[in-house]
Amino acid sequence: MSDELLTYAQRHYGMDHDRYRWSMLQDRDPVVWPDNKPLALWINLSVQHFPLSGEKPVVAPPGALTMPYPDLRHYTLRDYGNRVGIFRLLTLMERYQAAPSVAISGALAERYPRLMERLAATGYEWLGHGWNMLCMHAGEIDVAIESEWIARTREVLEAFTDRSLKGWLSPGRSQTANTPELLVRNGFSYQCDWVNDELPYPFKTQEGDMTCLPSCLELDDVFVLTQNLHSEDSFVQQVTDAADWLIEEGQAQGGRLLALNFHPWLVGQPHRISAVEKILEALLVTRRDDIWHAPPSAIIDAAIDPIG
Amino acid sequence: MSEVAQFSELSLYDYSPYDERPKLVWPNGARLAFWVAPNIEFYELDPPSNPHRKPWPHPYPPVPGYSIRDYGNRVGHQRQMALLDKYGVRGSISLSAALCEHHPEIIALCAERNWEFFSHGIYNTRYTYGLTEDQEREMIEDAMDTIERAVGQRPAGYLAPALSHSNHTIDLFAEAGGLYTCDLFHDDQPTWVNTRSGKPFVSIPYSLELNDTIAYVVQKREPRRYGESIRRAFDQLYAEGADSGTVMCIPTHNYQVSCPHRLRAFEEALEYITGHSDVWVTTGREIAEYVIDYGRQQLQGSAVVPSR
Repeated sequence: MSDELLTYAQRHYGMDHDRYRWSMLQDRDPVVWPDNKPLALWINLSVQHFPLSGEKPVVAPPGALTMPYPDLRHYTLRDYGNRVGIFRLLTLMERYQAAPSVAISGALAERYPRLMERLAATGYEWLGHGWNMLCMHAGEIDVAIESEWIARTREVLEAFTDRSLKGWLSPGRSQTANTPELLVRNGFSYQCDWVNDELPYPFKTQEGDMTCLPSCLELDDVFVLTQNLHSEDSFVQQVTDAADWLIEEGQAQGGRLLALNFHPWLVGQPHRISAVEKILEALLVTRRDDIWHAPPSAIIDAAIDPIG
Repeated sequence: MSEVAQFSELSLYDYSPYDERPKLVWPNGARLAFWVAPNIEFYELDPPSNPHRKPWPHPYPPVPGYSIRDYGNRVGHQRQMALLDKYGVRGSISLSAALCEHHPEIIALCAERNWEFFSHGIYNTRYTYGLTEDQEREMIEDAMDTIERAVGQRPAGYLAPALSHSNHTIDLFAEAGGLYTCDLFHDDQPTWVNTRSGKPFVSIPYSLELNDTIAYVVQKREPRRYGESIRRAFDQLYAEGADSGTVMCIPTHNYQVSCPHRLRAFEEALEYITGHSDVWVTTGREIAEYVIDYGRQQLQGSAVVPSR
């Protein structure tokens, strides 16, 4: 045992794995966004299904049910997002003419077809978001089962939209050792689980390359409001501080990306929705001259592949 | 070999009440010695398991934890470095020595700024726990040799990897040629450390309370409140420094303080501190060398800030 503690098989230049090349953001060729805007803004809405089943996955995702079965308290609080919260968010997105993506639990396509039709009518880009929030891509999940979760999610969501899904966000941003290969095999060209960068970059799999479009955990509404227990006002300030910092950096160094993620069950609550409104006002109105707001696929396409 | 640890009361330093110490005079009559200690760390994706402490809470691959720490090196490092440049602060790096091999570009950027490199073990996913005394000596010397080969200077300071210690840690580091430890949080002034070799060896205050990871992850502070905490700490230590020199350290991490929503608050704190006249903006090594020399001259080696 002890000898192993002082043995370092991967102690060499670059990363200690083969998923991507090591490089620093500031050392790459500058990215130029449309109209030479310094900052690209990606907004994602995570539309999630938390099953009532008392099963405990190997890793609990943020927002997981916690009480003994039947955990009506948390089940219904999460379901609130799909009945009420999402419509508050859509109203705001439409008012501000925003172009968010929606990451959707596949199970919702079977449970709530009317919600799918409403989301399809927006024209927003859809991402696969796992089958449901208990189907965690973590640990030693059988490859066939994990592959089925991914394939089925694509299949049921695509029944509601005429555009094929390109992007994937795993529940809890968690992956198994096989997830990237299974995503490519099932036709996904980008995933957003690795939060290790602020620009898209090439991500290697044994099934061919895909893109990682890094989402941002540190400004995710669930992280800020329910894990850090910060106020809604502080959340707004953190987002605008980030935008101002990145705009300044983008003007000096090349395009930057701000990635936000909202959960209808959380910020769709009546006492929190005004925080989203303030964020949209601050980003899409006050800072409109400096921000290029676009769907994730457009952001990936516009980012010159900076590290080859 | 017994698995039962040998417990004993701490004898690393002597008791010395704050209000009974002789005056500590800093160079040029400064009231306060200020240093910033960026932790530049490498966490392995697949470290060996250590029965005493699990490197990752998440099953392999630990994408959430690994990817945000990788963000620190890919995105955060140069951001923090630019800010420290702006305020004339040379970082004193708490360095995972293997980063010299993985990311020499970061080492080169810091070396050309004449930053200090001190040892933080090999990887932050390798702990002191479970090592025999000989193995711990090997690990400590490996880290010092690796850093010395990369930057041409043997590290003077030690912050044990992931703050994992044995009862020999500080003795072993002193015997390997070290001058100071950052592992003790018992004081706001430097103190002598009793080591078995009797070599001159000091503890330099490294404030775990102002460490950004503790502030953000454990205490879950809002960025602006963290900035305010830093300024309040400074005001207090600067006032007390009029009577006898104090030390203030801000330990940082590239994946915490360098997130764009946190930098403004950090910048305001740096601007505030460096805007005061009687601040010695310095490094851990310079403080350690000064107090060892000062102690020899003023106090015949009994204590840097003695009560006797």
